[in-house]
Amino acid sequence: MASESTMAHPFEDAPNHVTPTVIHDPVLARTDFKSVGTRPLRPDGLDKVTGRARYGADFSMPGQLVGLVLRSPHAHARIRKIDTSKAEKLPGVKAIVTAADLPDHTGGDQSMYDILENCMARGVAKYDGHAVAAVAAVDAPTARKALKLIKVDYEVLPHVTDVDEAVKPGAPLVNPRLLTEGVEPRPTKPSNIAKRTEFGHGDVDAGFKQADVIVTRSFRTEQTHQGYIEPHACVASVSPDGTGELWVCTQGHFVYRNHCAMLLGMDVSRLRVTSSEIGGGFGGKTHVWAEPVALALSRKANRPVKITMTRDEVFRASGPTSATSIDVRIGARKDGTIVAADATLRFSCGPYYGMWAELGSMTAFACYDLKNVRTVGYEVLVNRPKTAAYRAPSAPMAAFAVESVMDELAHKIGMNEVDFRIKNAARQGTKASYGPVYGPIGIGATLEAAKKHPHMSAPLGKNQGRGMACGFWFNFGGQTCTDINVGPDGSVTLTVGTVDVGGSRASIALCVAEELGVSYEQVKCIVADTGSLGHNDMTDGSRGTFSSSMAGIFAARNAITVLRERAARMWEIPVDDVKWEDGHAKAVGEKYGNLAPLSLKEIAAAAVNTGGPIAGHSEIVADGAGVSFATHIADVEVDPETGRSKILRYTVIQDAGKAVHPAYVEGQYQGGAAQGIGWALNEEYIYGKDGRLQNAGFLDYRIPVCSDLPMIDTQILEIPNPNHPYGVRGVGETSIVPPLAAIANAMSNAFGVRMTHVPMSPPRVLKALEAAKKA
Amino acid sequence: MQYEAPETTKAAVGLLAKAKGSAYVLAGGSDLLVRMKGGFVEPDLVVDIKRIKPMREIRKTASGFTIGAAVSCAEMNENKALIKAWPGVVEAAGLIGSKQVQSRCTVVGNLCNSSPAADSVPALFAAGARAVIQGPRGKRKVAVEDIPVGPGKNALKKGELIEAIELPARKGKSGDAYLRFIPRSEMDIAVVSAGVSLTLDAKGVIKDARVALGAVAPTVVLVKAAAKAIVGTKLDGTALEKLGEAASAACSPIDDKRGTVEFRTKVAAVLARRAAEIAYKRAGGK
Ligand SMILES: Cc1cc2nc3c(=O)[nH]c(=O)nc-3n(C[C@H](O)[C@H](O)[C@H](O)COP(=O)(O)OP(=O)(O)OC[C@H]3O[C@@H](n4cnc5c(N)ncnc54)[C@H](O)[C@@H]3O)c2cc1C
Repeated sequence: MASESTMAHPFEDAPNHVTPTVIHDPVLARTDFKSVGTRPLRPDGLDKVTGRARYGADFSMPGQLVGLVLRSPHAHARIRKIDTSKAEKLPGVKAIVTAADLPDHTGGDQSMYDILENCMARGVAKYDGHAVAAVAAVDAPTARKALKLIKVDYEVLPHVTDVDEAVKPGAPLVNPRLLTEGVEPRPTKPSNIAKRTEFGHGDVDAGFKQADVIVTRSFRTEQTHQGYIEPHACVASVSPDGTGELWVCTQGHFVYRNHCAMLLGMDVSRLRVTSSEIGGGFGGKTHVWAEPVALALSRKANRPVKITMTRDEVFRASGPTSATSIDVRIGARKDGTIVAADATLRFSCGPYYGMWAELGSMTAFACYDLKNVRTVGYEVLVNRPKTAAYRAPSAPMAAFAVESVMDELAHKIGMNEVDFRIKNAARQGTKASYGPVYGPIGIGATLEAAKKHPHMSAPLGKNQGRGMACGFWFNFGGQTCTDINVGPDGSVTLTVGTVDVGGSRASIALCVAEELGVSYEQVKCIVADTGSLGHNDMTDGSRGTFSSSMAGIFAARNAITVLRERAARMWEIPVDDVKWEDGHAKAVGEKYGNLAPLSLKEIAAAAVNTGGPIAGHSEIVADGAGVSFATHIADVEVDPETGRSKILRYTVIQDAGKAVHPAYVEGQYQGGAAQGIGWALNEEYIYGKDGRLQNAGFLDYRIPVCSDLPMIDTQILEIPNPNHPYGVRGVGETSIVPPLAAIANAMSNAFGVRMTHVPMSPPRVLKALEAAKKA
Repeated sequence: MQYEAPETTKAAVGLLAKAKGSAYVLAGGSDLLVRMKGGFVEPDLVVDIKRIKPMREIRKTASGFTIGAAVSCAEMNENKALIKAWPGVVEAAGLIGSKQVQSRCTVVGNLCNSSPAADSVPALFAAGARAVIQGPRGKRKVAVEDIPVGPGKNALKKGELIEAIELPARKGKSGDAYLRFIPRSEMDIAVVSAGVSLTLDAKGVIKDARVALGAVAPTVVLVKAAAKAIVGTKLDGTALEKLGEAASAACSPIDDKRGTVEFRTKVAAVLARRAAEIAYKRAGGK
């Protein structure tokens, strides 16, 4: 997501990343990488495994207060009155804030207003866990006591938490003023549908008429959480002079800065934000919750305030992904050609407008070359927490529905499911279902690799099934600002502004080392605070390594220009006669034949006499993030008496463009698959009839434990992205897209019943098995 | 809050009996500390029993085994004689949480915590275990079935604690087994569970059986009808089916985040059958 508004599309550079005008960078053709493609240790590795690394809750300030948030116990309630007087009198309480302490500075920006209201309810609490007040006190027991002393007078309102219930006529209205966008003429009556979007091309109805076989099915997926291990945590300190500092666990400290500054009514330059190491984000830390509240408390108390969410708060009041309800219809001719594809997608957004169904609509059929295709998305408001991004947001659910129908259709026309997909796979020049025309892409290659993979032909036992599925993600580039500073000893500090979520410091350092011609060990990559660099978008859209390595390479080139100038000055020859090669300045031409090359170290040592510090800078909008495709294969065993399933074998095949650090690319493939497996099998938000979340903890929100997973096998394909100097594509997200479908297909192949409801938890599987037995 | 770690059972009982406000025994703490941290209980007195030497021992006697209340589940899993005699009880204790949790937690804590989903409890019920209770009025022994009275509630009176668990001696061809259903492979809470203990005659006919189910009612339940269904049989198909039916019939579960009524009722039968088969094999039945 872009910086200023959470509603901007992560693929807003879509026309660029599919542009047929390939940037013919001479470096792209190279295969002689020295650093890129190696697997050195990451700079943060040792500190992380020894416990020295500092995460969000590890920052502390002298005089710091403990901040706690009071949350609504109701799914939907009008707040008649908040009485804080008793709590204020409690000794040790230094500040209490409510919405009244966060006046509206959003100037008509609806998405920012939604964020403001989500951080602190304004008149109406819209979900179980919605913040209604916050306390800063000298210690946690005092703060807890103060929370109990705050009296909130609620008028409980009817609620709706289910995505299908919410769109029924007569459903309680989450936002009684909301008129659906994207429908002509604009409705005059409010509903829970915030927006309708439509994508596609061709004539779907005419297409279906040519079909020999049509498969139509409806699917549901339950709401899941990113499940990052580190809860949200921050320390805020606002000085009476109006400047502030924030230490925080985030995927994007520049974006947090911009959001917090706006919500607090501060100049961006007066708020300095430092990001901590991050114990997982997966999209969930692209959004502010407690941070503006911590700043407001600090401003009021005139003391630093630390807020650390509990796991319960993380589940109830951060940003899980959508629950969905999806209808898919695909028609094909007997020869395997798809003639029409249609999908309607309803995605829950929590109480605020979102773009989640839209993303689902765009990604649903992105893997295929379709003449007639249509997707319609509905953003549905419910009394649940405000939906946030979750790794390739919305694509896994859409892929679950589409890839399930693809399998069924292949079987109905008697075709192998891989061959059926190969026949219909998108390729260079395909007009994507969401609009643009693809450049060089990897879907076909991943399918061919899957077909040849030994996993595909390995024998299966009793009660076992194999499934496969494909996935797509846009990827993003965005605003990036990077510095390179050469130290007096010739070592290089690489300063980036993209938070390192998955090993990007190592990868970016590898690219800069490559470009400078020095060793990886000579380059130290750090993530700078917001006062030290220009704006950087956050680490989302798989952009961290893609965009920051691009900016890093350009910064290195700028540094090389300076290094050549300095060498020229040292040699007293024209700069045009100095080239940069293998980490050395070399004089070109016979006349300089006797000049020994100057190393980076030698040039750095002489800097004081040749013009001062040596640096390279780069600020870009990293256009051209290459789209990403993957094919997964899963083997599942199902206990027919209990419905319990076990993943026996799992293979991820994905295009990386160029794998800068293959081990961390593999890590991304495995991590996404692991999350997808958890989602497919057991993870779900469970709400009671009272609209309250029943399982706000890791005991009953069941993410997989180590022993639930097989070693996930990976295969990296490299189809270079023409828009990146080294051919890099983002790799972080696509790996979570196919698992729901791959596992559903495997189950269906194991016992002949199509699973249409995720998670495929044992009670659901057993029920489906029994229903099939009866039928 | 007052914390005490007495060195004798008598001292512990004295502290508990005299306590004003809420008093809790602390064994492994894997329930109690979690509840304290979550703010669900705020004890005025905590009496740690881990310094009481006899409570740290497993003793083998002519009449069976005496497992001290402070013996960890990991220690049970290191006692070869106990494993040989009561493999089902030990495997149940070895399923609680993780290695880390097992190195702290106790079966007595599991029993006193009185969760219907407690893992070691169905196995203890099936084994016919007895709890040795010490209190201000002296010692008494009760069947473990009489300890849990509802979710989170036990039958102990003020000042009382459990000193040990007694398991009877194993005679002849006998075996026990415990199975639980969890969606994951570990670190989870039983959605349904079953403990079965059997004794066979020389011909392999079941002459004695006890069947207990977990997580299907407000407390762990001993299902006499299920035991009856297999006594006098060699655990043939019909007997297994009847056992399953009796198990399902004994279920009065709830629909909750962990499982549905329908699912629990069905899977109770499956687990009872499977546990009986394992116990039968362990007893030497063919
Ligand atoms: C991460 C984790 C995973 C877990 N997984 C499981 C699991 O898989 N299966 C399962 O069944 N449980 C599980 N539990 C719960 C818990 O570990 C077990 O119930 C354990 O057996 C409790 O034993 P303890 O010795 O730690 O009890 P404690 O916490 O010390 O005590 C539990 C209760 O019993 C009382 N008590 C303890 N000893 C006595 C005594 N001698 N006399 C009278 N009262 C006493 C205490 O006052 C307290 O109320 C888990 C807990 C955690 C934290």
